Amino acid sequence: MKMKGTQILLECLKAEGVEVMFGYPGGAVIDIYDELHRNPAVKHILVRHEQAAVHAADGYARATGKVGVALATSGPGATNTVTGIATANMDSIPIVVFTGQVPTHLIGNDAFQECDITGITRPCTKHNYLVRNPDELASTIREAFHIARTGRPGPVLVDLPKNVIAAEVDYDPAKIRINATKLSLPPKPSSKKFVQMLEMLRASRRPVLLTGGGILLGKASDELRAFARRAKIPVTSTLMGLGAFPGSDPLFLGMPGMHGTYYANMAISHCDLLICIGARFDDRVTGKLDTFASNAQIIHIDVDPSSINKNIVVDLPIVSDAKSALENINRLLKDNNYAPTDAERKDWLEQIEAWKKKAPLAYCQDAEHIKPQCVIETLYELTKGKAIITTEVGQNQMWAAQFYRYDDPNTFISSGGLGTMGYGFPAALGVKLAFPDRIVVDIAGDGSIQMNIQEMATAMQYNIPVKIVLLNNGYLGMVRQWQELFYEKRYSNTDMTFQPDFVKVAEAYGWEAFRAKRPEEIRPVLEKGLFSNRPCLMDFQIAREECVYPMVRPGASISEMTLGTREMTN
Amino acid sequence: MEKRENVISILVNNKPDVLARVAGTLGGKGYNIESLCVDVTVNPDVSKIILTTIGTKATIQKIEAQLARLIDVIKVENLTDVETVKRELALIRMTLTADNKNELIRKINQLNCKILTFNSDHCVLEFRGSKAEVDKVLETLKPLGIDDVARTGIAALERKN
Ligand SMILES: Cc1ncc(C[n+]2csc(CCOP(=O)(O)OP(=O)(O)O)c2C)c(N)n1
Repeated sequence: MKMKGTQILLECLKAEGVEVMFGYPGGAVIDIYDELHRNPAVKHILVRHEQAAVHAADGYARATGKVGVALATSGPGATNTVTGIATANMDSIPIVVFTGQVPTHLIGNDAFQECDITGITRPCTKHNYLVRNPDELASTIREAFHIARTGRPGPVLVDLPKNVIAAEVDYDPAKIRINATKLSLPPKPSSKKFVQMLEMLRASRRPVLLTGGGILLGKASDELRAFARRAKIPVTSTLMGLGAFPGSDPLFLGMPGMHGTYYANMAISHCDLLICIGARFDDRVTGKLDTFASNAQIIHIDVDPSSINKNIVVDLPIVSDAKSALENINRLLKDNNYAPTDAERKDWLEQIEAWKKKAPLAYCQDAEHIKPQCVIETLYELTKGKAIITTEVGQNQMWAAQFYRYDDPNTFISSGGLGTMGYGFPAALGVKLAFPDRIVVDIAGDGSIQMNIQEMATAMQYNIPVKIVLLNNGYLGMVRQWQELFYEKRYSNTDMTFQPDFVKVAEAYGWEAFRAKRPEEIRPVLEKGLFSNRPCLMDFQIAREECVYPMVRPGASISEMTLGTREMTN
Repeated sequence: MEKRENVISILVNNKPDVLARVAGTLGGKGYNIESLCVDVTVNPDVSKIILTTIGTKATIQKIEAQLARLIDVIKVENLTDVETVKRELALIRMTLTADNKNELIRKINQLNCKILTFNSDHCVLEFRGSKAEVDKVLETLKPLGIDDVARTGIAALERKN
């Protein structure tokens, strides 16, 4: 059947199961918007900045496991998507971003609103396309979705010249063929590898599991839980993997690394076997490389061969997605005598308990000032741990990771790899659209929230009742913390004391908003704000110079931590 | 670990921006491409890129894994330690003067260079050989007045003995 390119685009989105997309119009994509007007097959959310469209699509993808979709016009619309794309790329999030482009005959002529967006995003996408031929539109879109969601997922950009989407061509979904050279999944590893792994585990007295975002992306939480519990292995999770293993399970150690728990870092430093699944040994996790897990043999399971032996040379590399690897492991564990006895794990688990007792996550209560950790703990209590939390970047992000316990997968949503301030709020919009019945909270800093605060309008226009818990310290807090600790308190350009009245800003957009200045106001403000069916900002004026602890100095060993005022080394 | 020159052969889809992706993957990670040779294979949909880059074994393995990740890359092979034929071609333009002419002709014969053009003040020579041989020829001709050089980069093919 003959169809216009814009129609084919919408047909393809429908075929991919896309329910919602986030975007912003402009000349190069006006035909697509015209088509959307006629054919509301896919719900379109008009954001207020293209960066937010991509973060919202990304948040939607992280919460649902589906591919998120964003749309922007050519030139500045396209360049505004770049931070969102790079954010998704660093965290391997499946999204497809469509950008408009000037007509093919003008490409290369510096036409109005022309920019080489495929060139710009080449290093920060999993793959990208400039569709030059309308006959290839449908197959390109299908390929883009396929690439975004398979293997190690990631963002794919599809650049659509105006004449390509205006052209009329034949469309027959049954005839779409995608180029298959690179699109098949990697071969499954032989079971020999897993036997070898379990032999290493049997020989180990002090094993630790280090898990990451790969468990969530691979939908392998159940399998991880079964494995860790049966083999009685303590689990530490990177920021990206929080929620894959229940935060309230006694085997859980919290996060390792720079702002990890004392006991997670101790466990890694003293273990004799480290089993890493779906994490990539980021420098924020490992600290100084040559002392990282230096007493341990290391097993690394990852779908992406290029992640293995990149930062850390491992003893047993296994290229596999997390789910099928863990299924294999669990099967072997059941059939053979690989599971340890209680006696075999006793000493190690007792040692871990001792570390947990010695230095739990803690902070000093204060009768005068609101402590951010207390805000998060109260939030946890009031939501019974069932909210979906997104974060901005900085101290707010670390406190959110430390003091809320994530028992379910995909309930902690944060920009880990790129550390993008301004991520959490638009991401929360995407999450809330996917889960309208869940409480969705963006834990924010006063710096970060100002990077995408315009999206308050989007939340109102589409009635997306997300909550913002603002940990307002009037500083770019995390940078100030570094200046306090490593630059002798020279607070260069981190003081943000001049700020708008956030309550009034929120109210001006039509939001509910409350402010808390004293500790006893934390609970009532949260109770008022969290459960209403309106978007709400809660401005907590926190102790201004509170720091995130524990902290490993950049470049130091993770066994050398500062725990607030006390130094701890082991 | 010891650094050395590696020859990497990459089969790719024959598309406009594939070379940019390959080059960007190396450049973006801070690796230099020493030589580069690209052309379409017997299958018109597939091109072969042969590049050389210097690095330790671990670095080269990382480069190979990064390249293999690219959607348009079909196959990555490290030919460094494989039995291969490696060849490079150089075109060399020499300035001719009354002083150097005789000596040059003697050298051309001695070095096994082919003469492609020869007129009163310039000649263009062709030389084929290993990279080391090409280097040596250029070294030898240098004192006689090289005007310009174009080198193809190394082409390499497994012998399959
Ligand atoms: C877009 C962007 N710019 C700069 C940074 C560097 N940076 C990291 S944390 C931080 C401070 C964040 O301040 P705020 O949002 O107020 O959060 P707090 O640390 O006070 O909780 C900055 C500037 C960043 N991560 N992202």
